[in-house]
Amino acid sequence: MLNTFMVYVENKPGVLTRVASLFRRRAFNIDSLTVGRTEKPEVSRMTITVDADRDQARRIEAHLYKLVNVLLVENITHQPAIVRDLALIRVAATHDARSHVLELASVFRARVVDVSPESLTIEITGGEDKIDGLLEVLRPYGILEMVRTGIVAMRRGSKSNGAAATAESTAQGAANDDVSYSV
Amino acid sequence: MTDPKITPTTGKTKTESKTESTTGSKAMTGASILWECLEREGVKVVFGYPGGAILPAYDALKHSKIHHVLVRHEQGATHMADGYARASGQVGVAVATSGPGATNMVTGIATAMLDSIPIVCITGQVGSKLIGSDAFQETDITGVTLPITKHNYLVTHASEVARTIREAFYVARSGRPGPVLVDITKDAQQGTCEFDWEAAKPQLPGYRPDLSPAPEEYEQALELIHNSKRPVILAGHGIIVSGAMREVRDFAERAGIPVALTLLGLGAFPASHPLNLGMMGMHGEAWVNHTIQEADLLLAFGMRFDDRVTGNLKNYAPNAKKIHIEIDPAEINKNVKVDVPLVGDLREVLLELLPHVESIDRSEWLDSIDKLKGDSAVRDIQNLPDSGHLYAAHVINDLWHQTRDGNTIVVTDVGQHQMWEAQYYKHEHPRSLITSGGLGTMGFALPAAIGAKVACPEAEVWVVVGDGGFQMTMCELATLVQENLKIHIAIINNGFLGMVRQWQEFFYDRNYAATPLLNPDFAKLAEAYGIRSMTVSTRSAVVPAVEAARLHKGPMLINFKVEQEDTVYPMVAAGAALHDMIRRPSPIVETAED
Repeated sequence: MLNTFMVYVENKPGVLTRVASLFRRRAFNIDSLTVGRTEKPEVSRMTITVDADRDQARRIEAHLYKLVNVLLVENITHQPAIVRDLALIRVAATHDARSHVLELASVFRARVVDVSPESLTIEITGGEDKIDGLLEVLRPYGILEMVRTGIVAMRRGSKSNGAAATAESTAQGAANDDVSYSV
Repeated sequence: MTDPKITPTTGKTKTESKTESTTGSKAMTGASILWECLEREGVKVVFGYPGGAILPAYDALKHSKIHHVLVRHEQGATHMADGYARASGQVGVAVATSGPGATNMVTGIATAMLDSIPIVCITGQVGSKLIGSDAFQETDITGVTLPITKHNYLVTHASEVARTIREAFYVARSGRPGPVLVDITKDAQQGTCEFDWEAAKPQLPGYRPDLSPAPEEYEQALELIHNSKRPVILAGHGIIVSGAMREVRDFAERAGIPVALTLLGLGAFPASHPLNLGMMGMHGEAWVNHTIQEADLLLAFGMRFDDRVTGNLKNYAPNAKKIHIEIDPAEINKNVKVDVPLVGDLREVLLELLPHVESIDRSEWLDSIDKLKGDSAVRDIQNLPDSGHLYAAHVINDLWHQTRDGNTIVVTDVGQHQMWEAQYYKHEHPRSLITSGGLGTMGFALPAAIGAKVACPEAEVWVVVGDGGFQMTMCELATLVQENLKIHIAIINNGFLGMVRQWQEFFYDRNYAATPLLNPDFAKLAEAYGIRSMTVSTRSAVVPAVEAARLHKGPMLINFKVEQEDTVYPMVAAGAALHDMIRRPSPIVETAED
């Protein structure tokens, strides 16, 4: 099954390579990996989805922790979370088809961000299922080009994960019930 | 890898070091800071080879108290640092230049990684402005070594040197130890900055080497221990790393549990102890493997269920519950699914468990193990006539008899002789056997022995090496002579790449493809280096040769010409179940013509 990990890392050169290399080295295939800044300039955050069973997911978590530059790892697969993917879709839309495509886009609450005589470019944000759904209904019109960002995720509720990803409090993070090394 | 064409540096580097400033910190070059930090980390000796990109560091070496051992190949430097670390428990240091100097270290780094050995490798790198330009002798060594180091660093400014070295030593020696590489650009070595040791404290917010189990996990473990009738302790390298020899012994004695050892665990539990079973695994003793297969509880102490130890995982110890005490959480459930993992430092975990361990009479279990031993004794080559042949097992056995009372370190290479050493040399003390386990690096023995002798000058150091592996790193004979080290080299010479030949014998229809060796005259070779040598081809000459070596003032090389097609028994074929062993035919069958 697909597991989603939130990974806080030190914002240093080469850290992305270390994380990516770990998955290659241990023969796990990354389904999606996004990385970006956080509210703290010294910390970057990755969202990684990987196909793995429960034991494999445990080991991925443990291996990620072994990387010296990794601050905090959380497997949020089974937790309430906001998960978002963004896609840009260029779909063939000549005069006849254009209104149909626009209707479909509005049903999915997607936005048209570019128009040309032969095509429309649609921006859609949401869970992966929603984007897959829009792609499904647009396919008959002809998808000329498509790009997706890969998912970013955040746990629901008031608890901040970012607070744990600091120099002072990672020891607490390690003792936290959410972060389990064993079993 | 020297580069004579490199332009000499401006001379600024050495003289400006250590200018006291008003703040108490000193203005120093990156090169001087490097040696200063190594000294403060307790380094007495480094193993290295100079070259263009590391020259500023070598220029600053003359101001340091650190002794530099000039090796003959950078691979040797890493194995020496490794041997130094294994013998002493301290971090070993290897130094090389950029490009080929650095890439030559790769095998040694991977060896240290697989066996969790703390070494720090310092490499020179081209100037920071040249990085990425394919400059002369430029290699992305941090990229190359990323999967085979515990961590690595690229240092591009003198001001980063102190903190990086401190972090490198901390990471290398803490938690599960391992190799750390620090790549320092030439301009970072030449540049000047304020040096302040106190301010350069490690900053590793994500690094957590100090984990400990939860209280309920201890209770679960104790329950399994107390309920088991047929428990076995699997004793690994982690015991030595953690310094838990005494605790393991207390634990085994109190609970009455027999102890089987991994190759790297040999010495962690005294061979002469009544509860010691011996080595397990592919070439472990038959009774040990049978005992593991029949156990109802395995207590894995600082070992990682390597495939050479478990055989086929599908039917490994099928009736046993498993308790895994291990410092690295990523090892839990990696190969063998365990019932209770205790993640933490072995010694601390055992100290926590010990007061609660009940003394239980397990004599029935121990008696049944004793019965298993009988069959093996009948097949033991020591109990069979030698019929004029010199067997490697005889050499090892006699060497053990002669050196057992001393402060002896045996350093082996990889192959048949390594397994015979493990079977026939009875190690009583930790760090008395140094061998490449996980990576199985041929060529390891001679340089690692040099490192061990430098670390422990009082110890009697014996290299036990095959004729194949010896030729991989024999250039280090020159290092041995240059450093005036009394090391004894026992070449177990069977004219074959013996272990490969054994596999060909068993699994490839005796097609000895590329395994017979045409060897040089090892005695003459030793002479060329000014090393005394002997050649031995009969059993009666073994003990006198060993004694002659021990009495000789300097190093001695003994070329033991042993039976060519001898085989290591028992053997668990790769992928076979642990109890499914190929046994020595009984009585012995001659395998070669005289």
